[in-house]
Amino acid sequence: MADIESHDYDVVVVGAGGAGLRAAIEAHASGARTAIVCKSLLGKAHTVMAEGGIAAAMGNVWSEDNWKVHFRDTMRGGKMLNNWRMAQLHAQEAPDRVLELEAWGALFDRTKEGLISQRDFGGHRYARLAHVGDRTGLEMIRTLQQRAVSLGIDVYMECKVHRLLMDGDRVAGALAYWRESGRFILFRTRAVVLATGGIGKAFQVTSNSWEYTGDGHSLAFWSGADLIDMEFVQFHPTGMVWPPSVRGILVTESVRGDGGVLRNSEGRRFMFDYIPQVFAAETADSEAEADRWYEDHINNRRPPELLPRDEVARAINSEVKAGRGTPHGGIYLDIASRRSADFIRRRLPSMYHQFKELADVDITATPMEIGPTCHYVMGGVKVDADTAASTVTGLFAAGEVAGGMHGSNRLGGNSLSDLLVFGRRAGLGAAEYAAGLGSAPAVDDLEVDRLMSEALAAFSNDGGENPYALQQELQETMHNLVGIIRVRAELEQAIEAVGKLKERARRVTVEGNRQYNPGWHLALDLESLLTVSEAVARCALLREESRGGHTREDFPQPDAERWGKVNNTVRRRGDEVQIEQVPLPQMPAELAALFEEPAK
Amino acid sequence: MSDQVTMKVWRGDASGGDFADYVVEAREGEVVLDVIHRIQATQANDLGVRWNCKAGKCGSCSAEVNGHPRLMCMTRMSIFPAGQPITVAPIRTFPVMKDLVTDVSFNFEMAKRVPAFSPGPPDADGRYRMQQRDVERSQEFRKCIECFLCQDVCHVIRDHEENKAHFAGPRFLMRLAELDMHPLDTLDRRPLARQDFGLLYCNITKCCSEVCPEHIHITDNALIPMKERVVDRQFDPITRLGRAIRRKR
Repeated sequence: MADIESHDYDVVVVGAGGAGLRAAIEAHASGARTAIVCKSLLGKAHTVMAEGGIAAAMGNVWSEDNWKVHFRDTMRGGKMLNNWRMAQLHAQEAPDRVLELEAWGALFDRTKEGLISQRDFGGHRYARLAHVGDRTGLEMIRTLQQRAVSLGIDVYMECKVHRLLMDGDRVAGALAYWRESGRFILFRTRAVVLATGGIGKAFQVTSNSWEYTGDGHSLAFWSGADLIDMEFVQFHPTGMVWPPSVRGILVTESVRGDGGVLRNSEGRRFMFDYIPQVFAAETADSEAEADRWYEDHINNRRPPELLPRDEVARAINSEVKAGRGTPHGGIYLDIASRRSADFIRRRLPSMYHQFKELADVDITATPMEIGPTCHYVMGGVKVDADTAASTVTGLFAAGEVAGGMHGSNRLGGNSLSDLLVFGRRAGLGAAEYAAGLGSAPAVDDLEVDRLMSEALAAFSNDGGENPYALQQELQETMHNLVGIIRVRAELEQAIEAVGKLKERARRVTVEGNRQYNPGWHLALDLESLLTVSEAVARCALLREESRGGHTREDFPQPDAERWGKVNNTVRRRGDEVQIEQVPLPQMPAELAALFEEPAK
Repeated sequence: MSDQVTMKVWRGDASGGDFADYVVEAREGEVVLDVIHRIQATQANDLGVRWNCKAGKCGSCSAEVNGHPRLMCMTRMSIFPAGQPITVAPIRTFPVMKDLVTDVSFNFEMAKRVPAFSPGPPDADGRYRMQQRDVERSQEFRKCIECFLCQDVCHVIRDHEENKAHFAGPRFLMRLAELDMHPLDTLDRRPLARQDFGLLYCNITKCCSEVCPEHIHITDNALIPMKERVVDRQFDPITRLGRAIRRKR
């Protein structure tokens, strides 16, 4: 094997967002020699963009709240396709994880009693999002980053894991490259925790950053691990639509949680026309009741603007299609006419700033124009709820890259809490696995040589394909054919198109040298983007029903009998993608009983 | 609406470089980063540039645009006079890696030297209680997105490489102020601020506050109060007496 930089660890965490940092902190605390390997600088991961808050039933604002209510909200929001055990652990442990952040220095907004303040969000029965204005993700990542640094955990920044290395059927290491120099670096490790986030950059209009290329999903898939439910992609109802260069940038759900409403071009609060039967009992049916709810949650039902995200995104899509959209093809999100300028600037400072700077819009005076944007993937690596272990020995996953927790649709605020709860569990699971392993697994040197020369092939390839152009074509394909509303013929077309793009990706030519070369980095990321895009499209074609983040025009209803009971389970067989339907884990009777009681 | 603009982008690495001209389309509402991305996608695939969120939240895409330190994602093309070329250069205080990408490891080294947050015990029920007005002071500083533009313009280290050994820069002096004003923290970081982090080198020209994309009042709310606290401690008669007694022991 060529002489390359190499390091030995017990646990290598891939990704330095909320889940990765929390996993590394826990693995380190458990005594494992731990490294964090991340694609960007420390503190820049996508978690930094999270705005609204961390969902945790602490009961600081509504004492009626508890983990059972949170569990129930999460399962109903996910249309009951969630892994019940993950949803249970998540609801039970989230409050402790939030308090732990506070003990590590996070400064949340306060209630009058001096406790952590909690705000309303879609799909949550009670105000339960711990928050800092509308920059909660920044507070969370900075707190975890500062904690990890103070513990002296090794961090490899701007270092991209290219492939996992196996010893037989267990994980043995990771081959990565430094983005600065383009040189390879080898991690020999007993366990790997994937915490790489999502796949949003496969779509044209997205709130996600360049890093979201499905790296962890693909590393797992290539290593033989199962992925589940890749068809469930969340389109956040409110992204910016104008000017074109900011299309897709997120507008936090807190705008609605804090009183903002959606109106069409006729001025109508159209969400009252889109209340689905399953949420009718707990949703207000008049503007008067909806408006009273902000002050009195007990005697009034929730405004329909705060239905789960899948419902709101579909409703906006329908209104625009019916010709009742704004001049730029969106819908109005109005908080200006409902709250004082002072309140808006205090509660939503970064939204105020974002619209002012990027769109010349003063959100305290005029409504925002918004529309759906690709935001989150519910599908991901199949994991054991308690340990975050994947189906490959020594491989763990937490956060957005893991599947199951959110079922077919994630509630806002449940992502940051997911990162903390399962980041910690993955760190613990990986450290325990590493400690229990007799001998260290061995890396196959020949395999490392082969992977390195493969990764460099694009420099000497004269195929002439431009990686940027290929990514753009892929994004258009996924946006147009595998977007919010799907139909068989288009999905078949998408699978064919992705297949052709995979062929063309083999002919990518990279200009320049290996030193900080974004063209080369993208050429390598394209492999993951194409892998996850194919998985999403194939799962979407199979699931002949509509549920959560998967809407089929040709099968507009949920199919409880057939599809309500299974996860699409994706795995690699040679060069082929194999998908089978595996029955959902069975919820115990005492939890199932929670769904028979009326909403409390 | 779409126009052709001339972008003069610095290309090179640690061994040197120069501005290269690119004539490129700029569409309505675009920011400098959009145009840089278009150059990258169509004319210079290997153009090095850091970015992540493209929404002013991560602080990755700092550069000097027409000589002014800015986030490229929050700098709209429409603010520049039509028909004139726009220069984009890497931030100057840190060594160039490649093109617009600089080696900001100085900042991550400084972060390691900050003593960790050390809270007192919680209340009997395991909770901490703080009033909103008491957390707001430190919350302002925690808005920092670590774009390092304040570090870039601080003349103590800009063009004075030799000062980096004993001056941490506004970002990390503000971090000490943030911990100092945190209602729960128990450590005294004033000696560190004065000695190792070089707080007294700051002569409050407010350049850092002017470039802060988060509009944090770095000088007025963090550095000046911190200077006052450090000086109080240094010259306070009771503290001096205490130090004298400790020395005798």
